[in-house]
Amino acid sequence: MIGVEFVYILMGLMMAGIAVVNLRDRSSPKRFNNAAFWGLYAVTFIAGPHLPNFVDGLIVIAMVAIMAIGKLRGAPPESATREEREASARRFGNWLFVPALTIPGVALLGTFGFKYLTIHGAPLIDPKQSTLIALGVATVVALVVGMILIRPPIRAPIIEARRLMDAVSWAAVLPQMLAALGTMFVLSGIGPIVAGLVDRWIPLNTPFSAVFAYAVGMALFTAIMGNAFAAFPVMTAGIGLPLIVHRFGGDVVIMAAVGMLSGYTGTLITPMAANFNIVPAALLELPDQNGVIKVQVPTAFFLLAANITIMYLFVYHR
Amino acid sequence: MLPLIGILLVVIGFAFRINPLLVVTVAAIATGLAAHHAFVDVVSAFGKAFIDSRSVTVVWLALPVIGLLERAGLKERARTVISRMRAATTGRLLLAYLAVRQITSALGLTSLGGHPQMVRPLLAPMAEGAAENRYGELDEKTRNLIRAHAAATDNVGLFFGEDIFIAIGSLLLIRSFLEQSGIRVEPTSLAAWSIPTAAAAFVVHGIRLLLLDRRLDRTLDRMPACTLET
Repeated sequence: MIGVEFVYILMGLMMAGIAVVNLRDRSSPKRFNNAAFWGLYAVTFIAGPHLPNFVDGLIVIAMVAIMAIGKLRGAPPESATREEREASARRFGNWLFVPALTIPGVALLGTFGFKYLTIHGAPLIDPKQSTLIALGVATVVALVVGMILIRPPIRAPIIEARRLMDAVSWAAVLPQMLAALGTMFVLSGIGPIVAGLVDRWIPLNTPFSAVFAYAVGMALFTAIMGNAFAAFPVMTAGIGLPLIVHRFGGDVVIMAAVGMLSGYTGTLITPMAANFNIVPAALLELPDQNGVIKVQVPTAFFLLAANITIMYLFVYHR
Repeated sequence: MLPLIGILLVVIGFAFRINPLLVVTVAAIATGLAAHHAFVDVVSAFGKAFIDSRSVTVVWLALPVIGLLERAGLKERARTVISRMRAATTGRLLLAYLAVRQITSALGLTSLGGHPQMVRPLLAPMAEGAAENRYGELDEKTRNLIRAHAAATDNVGLFFGEDIFIAIGSLLLIRSFLEQSGIRVEPTSLAAWSIPTAAAAFVVHGIRLLLLDRRLDRTLDRMPACTLET
């Protein structure tokens, strides 16, 4: 059975390739740092699950040390000039969209179609991870389509991947690091501590104040953790169930659904949700790492108000 | 109380704009140590969590093909295509994308969008192209503002669409958490109660996108050809 490890090995090979391109780039003053950073990252993808957890932890710390002490070099210059790209765009026309749209197309096909691929009745592709594997397969198919269409030198994809990856730089690793931080928060009992503080210091003696505290608490705690999934159990066990549902007789479905969405408004305003906020800022080469967050703050504020209103209007009257 | 030091470090780190990767790493290790775990255990737990969450970064696999297409002029082509649509403004284009992103996410098709595979190669260049159409070459500040809006629109569409799909992770999490507390809920009713917020998100963010158009119109000079229209 093809499992998700297959996708991680592809990731590892790509990172290793990016490390090699960096290493061979004599024009880069930081080529050894960049090569070591992406090389160690490649090791975590390919060998990570087989190494002791302690060694994995040390590898990650080494990556951070390389970045903090040695510094990384950002994106190298574009490999084609604007004139070349415009000429090429005229030549290929709308065919250029085909490989780009192959990614979502094949990803969809795989998500729904993989379950029909069986060998002697056993699924060929791990059904629990089909979305992730489909995405991995889709990128490979799109690359093949792109190579056939454009016919670039064989090295071009990895050189271009290096250009984009070095533009994103350390931010690429941040989502995983935040997941590690979240695990550490759980391990150290942060959730109950925060719920206890809220219970002790905020008076919650009316149905409205309970709704308000729950929704705002979801948003703020999500902003701290960077993830509504981490905030939901804490706030729901601390405020939602005991107060809104049990004391004031609110509806559990409405509370939970709108509560989770209140958490999502917190996701919009926090650098801790790196893959939605910090990574795109790096990917779009914005000078301000908080550029995306700043644009999202007004939407988040009005939506939190909308969530409080929706929850208060319906949760007690159903 | 002592484990809260991690949260404090993160807040201070982000406030003073210290490199986030460094801040988060230090905060994670400090949190573990403050909760009286041994150093070896902290680093091990840290390494395990890092390896266990490799799935968040799988989208990077799109970079070789996206980079290849960029070199072949994908962004330039996206701008040309949008320049042929005279009615297309930055705000209207992003509004249409918001609607499509919310609807497809609600159908469970969350992988149709995303920053590396959709926003950078297609949506952002189109949004910039629509503005260039009207106002000519853009200054750096305006260009960055439009790019940030493209990224934000993808996020808002995803967050406030996906919870309408009954098999999405968050609804499964809600369900299993409530089950542990002895309460059974149906995913369909949870999904249904996500609709009012989804509608509010479309209205709120949609208005902001149309206000973005007005802001661009106010701050930038229109190209001569366009002042005759409207």
